[in-house]
Amino acid sequence: MKPADVLVIGAGPAGLAAATAASRNGCRVAMLDDNPAAGGQIWRADITRPHDEDPARAAAIADFHTSGAALLPGRRIVDVPSPSTLLAEAGGHFETYRWDRLILATGARERFLPFPGWTLPGVFGAGGLQALVKGGYPVAGKRIVVAGTGPLLLAVAAHLREYGASIVTVVEQASTLQMLPFAASLLRSPGKLLQGAGYRRTLGATPYQTGCWPISGQGDETLRSVTLTNGRRTWTVECDLLACGFHLVPNTELAQLLGCTLQGSFVQVDSQQQTSVAGIYCAGEPTGIAGVDAAQVQGEIAGLAAADCSPPPTRLLARRAKEAAFGRRLTHAFRLRPEVLKLASQETIVCRCEDVTFSQLQTRSNWTDAKLHTRCGMGPCQGRICGSATEALFGWQLTSVRAPLFPIPVSAFCDESSSLNAPSAR
Amino acid sequence: MPDFDLVIVGAGIVGCACALEAARAGLRVVIVERGVVGGGTTAAGMGHVVVMDDSPAQLALTAYSRSLWRTMAPELPGGVEYESRGTLWIAADDEEMAEVFSKQTTYAQAGIASQVLDPRELAEAEPYLRSGLAGALLVPDDGVLYPPVAAEYFLCEARRLGVVFLSDHEVVRCGKGRIQFANGTSIESERILLASGASIDLLPSLPIQKRKGHLLITDRYPGVVSHQLVELGYLKSAHKLTADSVAFNIQPRLTGQLLIGSSRQYGDESREINHAILRSMLERAIEYMPCLKGLSGIRVWTGHRAATADKLPLIGPTADPTLFLAMGFEGLGITNAPGAAVLAIDALLGRASIIDAAPYLPSRIQQEAVHA
Amino acid sequence: MPDQQIVIHVNGSPISVPAGSMLSAALLMASAPCRISTTGEPRTALCGMGICLECRAIVNGVPHTRTCQTVCQEGMRVETQS
Repeated sequence: MKPADVLVIGAGPAGLAAATAASRNGCRVAMLDDNPAAGGQIWRADITRPHDEDPARAAAIADFHTSGAALLPGRRIVDVPSPSTLLAEAGGHFETYRWDRLILATGARERFLPFPGWTLPGVFGAGGLQALVKGGYPVAGKRIVVAGTGPLLLAVAAHLREYGASIVTVVEQASTLQMLPFAASLLRSPGKLLQGAGYRRTLGATPYQTGCWPISGQGDETLRSVTLTNGRRTWTVECDLLACGFHLVPNTELAQLLGCTLQGSFVQVDSQQQTSVAGIYCAGEPTGIAGVDAAQVQGEIAGLAAADCSPPPTRLLARRAKEAAFGRRLTHAFRLRPEVLKLASQETIVCRCEDVTFSQLQTRSNWTDAKLHTRCGMGPCQGRICGSATEALFGWQLTSVRAPLFPIPVSAFCDESSSLNAPSAR
Repeated sequence: MPDFDLVIVGAGIVGCACALEAARAGLRVVIVERGVVGGGTTAAGMGHVVVMDDSPAQLALTAYSRSLWRTMAPELPGGVEYESRGTLWIAADDEEMAEVFSKQTTYAQAGIASQVLDPRELAEAEPYLRSGLAGALLVPDDGVLYPPVAAEYFLCEARRLGVVFLSDHEVVRCGKGRIQFANGTSIESERILLASGASIDLLPSLPIQKRKGHLLITDRYPGVVSHQLVELGYLKSAHKLTADSVAFNIQPRLTGQLLIGSSRQYGDESREINHAILRSMLERAIEYMPCLKGLSGIRVWTGHRAATADKLPLIGPTADPTLFLAMGFEGLGITNAPGAAVLAIDALLGRASIIDAAPYLPSRIQQEAVHA
Repeated sequence: MPDQQIVIHVNGSPISVPAGSMLSAALLMASAPCRISTTGEPRTALCGMGICLECRAIVNGVPHTRTCQTVCQEGMRVETQS
């Protein structure tokens, strides 16, 4: 039988596991990612510490390489010119990929909620600041407030501290009570607990305040202080930087452009990780925010399914179910309190691309109405930032995804030099 | 007695302009819309306010409507982004240059200012156009605007005069003095005005064909383009009634963004992007303006124009004495909205119109096709 | 730490950064905004991963370049985009 051509989009934990499984089972596999190296966001390479490898990342990448699958980094999927082809941008030129089986492992991004001052220089996403530090931004000696919600906050704080930053405080909007089931689940999963304990050791005496959230950032040209509250009391702390993110939202734009059905905010998949479109599979955060372990097991199941090795082994199904339960506890533990949805003042900018304020949006009836009449979501980020914010603030459902998925030069749509590439093993 | 003198179906730019005109005439009006104001055909278009001379009737209506836009311009809110950019009809060769001169004569006879540019003057006016073009006709009083906000402006003015607006109300049947909504409720009125753009589900027998178009919008590049640029070949391609075609048509927005068009396709009612058409459309644009190649394109979308056989709209009464139309504007709905509104309300009230309304009467095309 | 340093120009001024640094990180080191927003606010990178597009700047004369996904090269010229 002719080996199937499997294309994997995204080289994070889910994509690596999927590509490895499919390749080990006889498929010709190519994996594309928009970053220069494999690992995704959670295992992002650090330019300042090239030899400081996360052992889990190292193992996943080693397995991937021995499987014989090919890595094609620095490629960003921008369009779906026909049902079985994808257009990718690669350093200014364009390539078309054809596939027999497609595995989407497109990961997640941070959710941002607007508050007065969130557009000031000095305010970053939590994962955003971590990525910038890994990209060479020195934070030694900087006073940093880490705020928002989710397990990422402690990891980011620990990481920033390792680089010499002074962590003023870590504020988590979820209450201790709300997070209890999550803590219990950590006890059930010792691996995750160790990681958590590791954070605590690195953080030392850094205050971790639950049930607290930022209400504004102050500064003229750049951030000088952040005002925090616990709902009863409000106080202001001086700082140089604020790293603030409200957990994660899935990257489902490519799945949507391919016509895959969503269930709520997530890509709907069956027991073999297959989407509503035959031959297209999805693994990891786009199917539900559940972390790296869930992503790896889902990726492996998707890779096996794409290689026609069905049904999946029961041990994988059991692990997937366990991780899904962890994901549900995670979502529950870090669900947003109503107060953080009301931080924007009338003048607060919600859409950063087009500078659309909260008051302009307040009178609109839905996402389409807002887009057409205020330009919200019409800028180059295509609503990725303000869309998840307005979904949280106003309950608006985002309507459609349009090509290109990311801004691309006009010539990309008519590039004569773009060749049709079938994924191939080395 | 019914609560309203007039029900308008469709809150696009034409329906909203009609609502304002009717309210000014003292009618009690309700305007119903299945989605959001200006969210259908209005949102898909470019927003070029242009005098066109395909036929004397087209020239009369576009010239009249443009004069209304120019009168309104000082009062339009900033969000409408109205700018008197002028249109440059670009001639690629001597044959098209001959057309420039004949177009100028036609415009001059209608009192429309225009000016012939030689290749040097054209290059000065638009330095990023390719060299070797034959020249252009500049029509300085043409404008550009952002259609959804213009539609909302008309609606706001109308509501100030008491017009009632119902959004998210899908009409499933209309005619014989009654419109029925998808939710089962209905409104009775002696007059109904259908202004539903390219959606003809309510009157499938209307002699309107959908012509699909593609547009791309770029990120902000202020100063690259100063006028609305249209190749004269556009007229040739727009005249074709059957074949798919593309033409160079580019619009500078107040934001510095560029809208790049245009394409025309029959028989494709889907909203999907046709990559072959998109490709030839952009190749055509790059041929005229090579620098477009490297500009960052942020969004592509499609829309449908409501085309009639003689390229003139359907404005006025139908065989059903309660039902009136303001439909079939093809690519000129934005331009013609204010003029069409005056004609439609004149017809409704039996008033005489400032321009001859006969060429736009629905009865001119297959009378039997336009009964409700 | 990689010891090799390279020089790039931010808004006309030279700045020395470690080889391999992301351009967005270099702009932060130079305290220069990536872009000026449509209402005139200075903006710097937010998401750090190429999603938010706040990191757009003019790189070697090309506007709207994503500095979060551009690695610094010797002699590169970057300007705040307005």
